[in-house]
Amino acid sequence: MASAEGTGGLVMAITGPMLATIAKLVSGASLRWIDCQPDTCQRVYFANHTSHLDALVLWSCLPKEIRIRTRAVAARDYWEKGPIRRHMARSFNVLLIDRKEIKVHRSPVQMMLQEIGERDSLIVFPEGSRNTKEELGEFKSGLYYLGKKRPDLELVPVYMENLNRVLPRGEVLPVPLLSCITIGPPIWLEAGEPKNDFLNRAREAVQRLRDR
Amino acid sequence: MARAILLAQSSNGPHHVHTQTYWLLGVVLGLLVVAYVAGRLLKRYPDHSLNPALIERFNHRIRVWWLMCAILVAAFLMGRVPTIILFGCLSFWSLREFITMTPTRRGDHRALFWIFFVFTPAQYALVALGRGAYESLFGVPHRDFYSLYSVAIPVYALLFIPMRTAMAGDPRRFLERSAKIQAGLFICVYYLSYAPALLNLELTTSAGALWGDPGSHVQNAGLLFYFILIVQLGDMFQQVWSRLAGRRVIAPRIHASRTWEGLLGGVTSTTLVGALLWWATPFQFWQAGCMAMVVAVAGFGGGMVMSAIKRDRGVEDYGTLVQGHPGILDRIDSLCFAAPLFYHLTRYFFSQVY
Repeated sequence: MASAEGTGGLVMAITGPMLATIAKLVSGASLRWIDCQPDTCQRVYFANHTSHLDALVLWSCLPKEIRIRTRAVAARDYWEKGPIRRHMARSFNVLLIDRKEIKVHRSPVQMMLQEIGERDSLIVFPEGSRNTKEELGEFKSGLYYLGKKRPDLELVPVYMENLNRVLPRGEVLPVPLLSCITIGPPIWLEAGEPKNDFLNRAREAVQRLRDR
Repeated sequence: MARAILLAQSSNGPHHVHTQTYWLLGVVLGLLVVAYVAGRLLKRYPDHSLNPALIERFNHRIRVWWLMCAILVAAFLMGRVPTIILFGCLSFWSLREFITMTPTRRGDHRALFWIFFVFTPAQYALVALGRGAYESLFGVPHRDFYSLYSVAIPVYALLFIPMRTAMAGDPRRFLERSAKIQAGLFICVYYLSYAPALLNLELTTSAGALWGDPGSHVQNAGLLFYFILIVQLGDMFQQVWSRLAGRRVIAPRIHASRTWEGLLGGVTSTTLVGALLWWATPFQFWQAGCMAMVVAVAGFGGGMVMSAIKRDRGVEDYGTLVQGHPGILDRIDSLCFAAPLFYHLTRYFFSQVY
């Protein structure tokens, strides 16, 4: 049992960086930091969601020291379908969340906080499911609760451009266009800020990066 | 391959073509060294009559040329197929830039996949197969797959792209979308593939005498190098002349700094330099001048077309399209448009056509 896990770990150690390189090559992604510096402090990167590649590409593009301390949150029902996806999810160290059955004592937010502890950062997509329209969708409340339970986390907006053209919804084969990831200045939940106000502010923070 | 190297070494023909090719390379390297030293000196002892930004741009351009020269020479030294693969990669990357800038819809996805991963590699594979593969397949020597790679994209890709897009079921702006994808495939892949196709020709002088060693690709690589050099010089001369003497802008809304004076001066200078380098080619003095003139005019046309596309899309450069990426398409637009002309003129007047 232990040896099986050992080989799994070894395979992961090889395929992880390889998959990261492939994801970077295919998406031709360039990373821009605007009013924000790369840092290994605990952060929640929240981004717009237009493609299945979003989580993988953003994670792959982060500098290595940050990447090994960052986990993308993704849907269990998608990433546990079939051995290839499962292997990819493990290689990218994805934090899988049940969208279907949410248990009372293990809410997604609680699980995320438990998984990251005092060390790791998160990548979340507050729009929930992938967005097919031009406009950003409404943000779900998870980001608010993350900020409320852990006010020390930096909430960092990320805008991902062109990835919906690289791999649109329902497609399997990517087209290698050039994409761009913009990371903006962190925001925090203000004391006593109502949920909807905060979510709108977070959404605007992502939207603003589109024009920069 | 081994045979080709042996032939290249043993060849001691009357033309001494390899020597000429290496001389051309030597001249270019010498000029680059001179330009490099001049740029350094200008930077260190700033002359106040010159704009420092201009010197910086000059130095940057010299750096780009060093890089291009190094990559080209490395590919040439490795042989015919690596050179063709290098051009294939250039095509792939510039197509990437072109399509990124062009708005496409969800229904174009599958057609795009085909042009990136089937038509582009297929075009270069057909060029790379060369004379050897043709002979072993059909038993006819001296021919390459020209009859196929010259029509693969204009006929078959052009049929296929609208078909695949139609099957995706989105009729909105159908003709426009197909045309954009086709234009990208033509400019970035089809036109450019004629440059490495020069390596497949059996070069002769205009009198019909074989030029160089038919078993070697070195003299063809030299001609390809000459062609790229002329295109780059044409670009540079037009810019310099526009800056020095430019008055009448040709089309201000397309390109603000391309002038009639720049075009005239640039084409004349390029013709002159191209003719003076005749000894490195199978051309005579006046023939080399004509070739250089045609290349300069076609390169100018390419630059105009590409900047019209950029203005239409509202982007400055393909390089600024996505931050941090070098704009390959900015560098090779004139090359793309001049390559088919140079190839066909060489094919019909300076090579054995069977």
